[in-house]
Amino acid sequence: MAALIFLGVVVLAVVFFVGIYNSLVGLRNRVKNAWSQIDVQLKRRHDLIPNLVETAKGYMTHERETLSAVTEARSRAMGAGSVADKGAAETQLSQALSKFMVVVENYPDLKANQNFLSLQEELTSTENKIAFARQSYTDAVNFYNNKIEMFPSNVVAGMFNFRPETFFEIEDAAQREAPKVSFTR
Amino acid sequence: MFWELIAANRRKSFLLFVGMAALLVTLGYFIGEATMGEGGGNIGIIVATAVWVIMSAASVFGGPDIVLRMSRAKPVTSDVHPQLFNIVEEMKIAAGLPAMPKVYIIDERAPNAFATGLKPENSSIAVTAGLLTKLNRDELQGVIAHETSHIMNRDVQFLTLASVMLGSIVLISQVFLRGMWYSGGSSKRWRSSKKSEGGGGGAPLIIIAIVLAILGPIFARLLYFSISRQREYLADACAVRLTRYPAGLAGALEKISQSPLQLDAANQVTAPMYIVAPLGGPKATSWASTHPPIQERIAILRGMSEGAGFLSYQHALAKVRGKPSMIMPASAIKKDERVAVREAHPDVAREQSEKDKTRDVMDLMRAVNGFAFLLCACGLKIKLPPEFEEASVKCPRCGRDNEVPRAQVSEFAEVAAAVGAIVGTPTKPDASGPPFAQPAPGGSSGADAPLEYRRRAHKKWESFSCACGHLLQLSPVFSASQMKCPNCSRITRIV
Repeated sequence: MAALIFLGVVVLAVVFFVGIYNSLVGLRNRVKNAWSQIDVQLKRRHDLIPNLVETAKGYMTHERETLSAVTEARSRAMGAGSVADKGAAETQLSQALSKFMVVVENYPDLKANQNFLSLQEELTSTENKIAFARQSYTDAVNFYNNKIEMFPSNVVAGMFNFRPETFFEIEDAAQREAPKVSFTR
Repeated sequence: MFWELIAANRRKSFLLFVGMAALLVTLGYFIGEATMGEGGGNIGIIVATAVWVIMSAASVFGGPDIVLRMSRAKPVTSDVHPQLFNIVEEMKIAAGLPAMPKVYIIDERAPNAFATGLKPENSSIAVTAGLLTKLNRDELQGVIAHETSHIMNRDVQFLTLASVMLGSIVLISQVFLRGMWYSGGSSKRWRSSKKSEGGGGGAPLIIIAIVLAILGPIFARLLYFSISRQREYLADACAVRLTRYPAGLAGALEKISQSPLQLDAANQVTAPMYIVAPLGGPKATSWASTHPPIQERIAILRGMSEGAGFLSYQHALAKVRGKPSMIMPASAIKKDERVAVREAHPDVAREQSEKDKTRDVMDLMRAVNGFAFLLCACGLKIKLPPEFEEASVKCPRCGRDNEVPRAQVSEFAEVAAAVGAIVGTPTKPDASGPPFAQPAPGGSSGADAPLEYRRRAHKKWESFSCACGHLLQLSPVFSASQMKCPNCSRITRIV
């Protein structure tokens, strides 16, 4: 009888343990998935910029600096490795872009260009998507980081080396400026 | 925070489902007992369950498709309206849907929208052409966020299951009551069962059955309506939470409610699914309506003073109603932090005149339906239906004969997608590309046919694509009669 009870307890413990492990793996995958969502949109933004610059070049003959700042920020952002580095580089890119968009205001011909207008809608939407994807990434990271710090899941997390994930920060100022990407005409 | 909400919704849906199922079974039992005598209750239960199973099977397997077809919704690709697609994708990401909802456009002037699909993995969002004309980017985002919330919260699934259950209850009650009415309570079966029971328990049983058959459907309907209304509030709250911009949805609801147009594609079955009840329906604060009064919804959204979170919505709701009322589970509110409202999209300032926009969207609908466009020398845009077979068409305004470029028509009939290029007039902000230079009408057809581009707006910037795809610009002061493409050196006449 005692053996049976003992066996029962052991089975329960194992089931409990496996449950925690599986939920941790699930949460970590959710974080990864959320990150890949951001990554896709960041890449999309990088892809849009050469077209944008190319279209603008013909009109903005006196704005070489602004344009090259955007191009440089883009290549730096593309080269960034870790999540934190990416955050910093993307912040710079956002700032360069919003500066560029302010300058665009002085070029009504460019603003009337169909090609440019559709690029601008794409860029606005991509920035929105980055912001939304960042929200769900932050949610996922929060949930996961809490889980691996809290008892009893922290025991399992320690045994199997679940590490806390980094948040992806794009500076708020840049975020607030980002909508300026699209402009009035 | 959405996870708690979804989980709570699921629990509630399940409870309601069980409640309605119990009602259905009880109804079946008593009707069976009353009409068939001893042991008829079990048969009644079996019949009631069978009715329900058949009806749910029909709605689960055919439901979403039938609804879309009933609403005359046409599937579109991203080229037709890139902005709409972008917004849907934004909301898909914000709500964390597992897959992109399919996008449909309904060829109607009345502004409205709905979502369908039993699972978030396989869902659809349909908007009317009128909605695209009337709303700016932020408002359209609000509407799409509301529909996305319905998908995220599994409202469609719930409403479908509940309405099937409601339908079964109504059907069984109706059949029973009609039967009672026409047979005057004295059918052979009824009399024989009375005899076999010796006149004992028959009378009270039949009274219970009648009462249930009368009250059951009313009760079930009220339950269904109240939950449906609650889900509308919830979808509004979630939409604001997703977009972080209450004014967008509020503006959209205002514009939709101010539209005097009736949505022809809606009927009793599809009406509960739209963002705003399309059939007018019972007025104001009626408890027998699937949608909350729209003015109240707007007032709540306009009254959100503490950011875009759930708590802010809850407080605004309490203020508008004058009493505290719970729309969402406490667990979801607790986990929800303060959410700042974002700034308006600058697009708002760039309001196109509604006439222009309407024309664009009407062209867009024709493009979806496979129409081709031909610009006559007098400036009239001739719309050719996909089944148009003639080699030339007489302009209805000036009577000129215009040659129909065959390739254009067939191409349009096959791929409505390629259409963005020609739909895009220079006033349209979201056309996927500039218009193409067209072969001159009346010219010899063939590779060397002279190209022609008709200016749409003089003294304004315009751009169009050469036949080789190269982008050509016309400045406001351009006055020459032709232009050479720097890429392929083809000459396009400018008219």
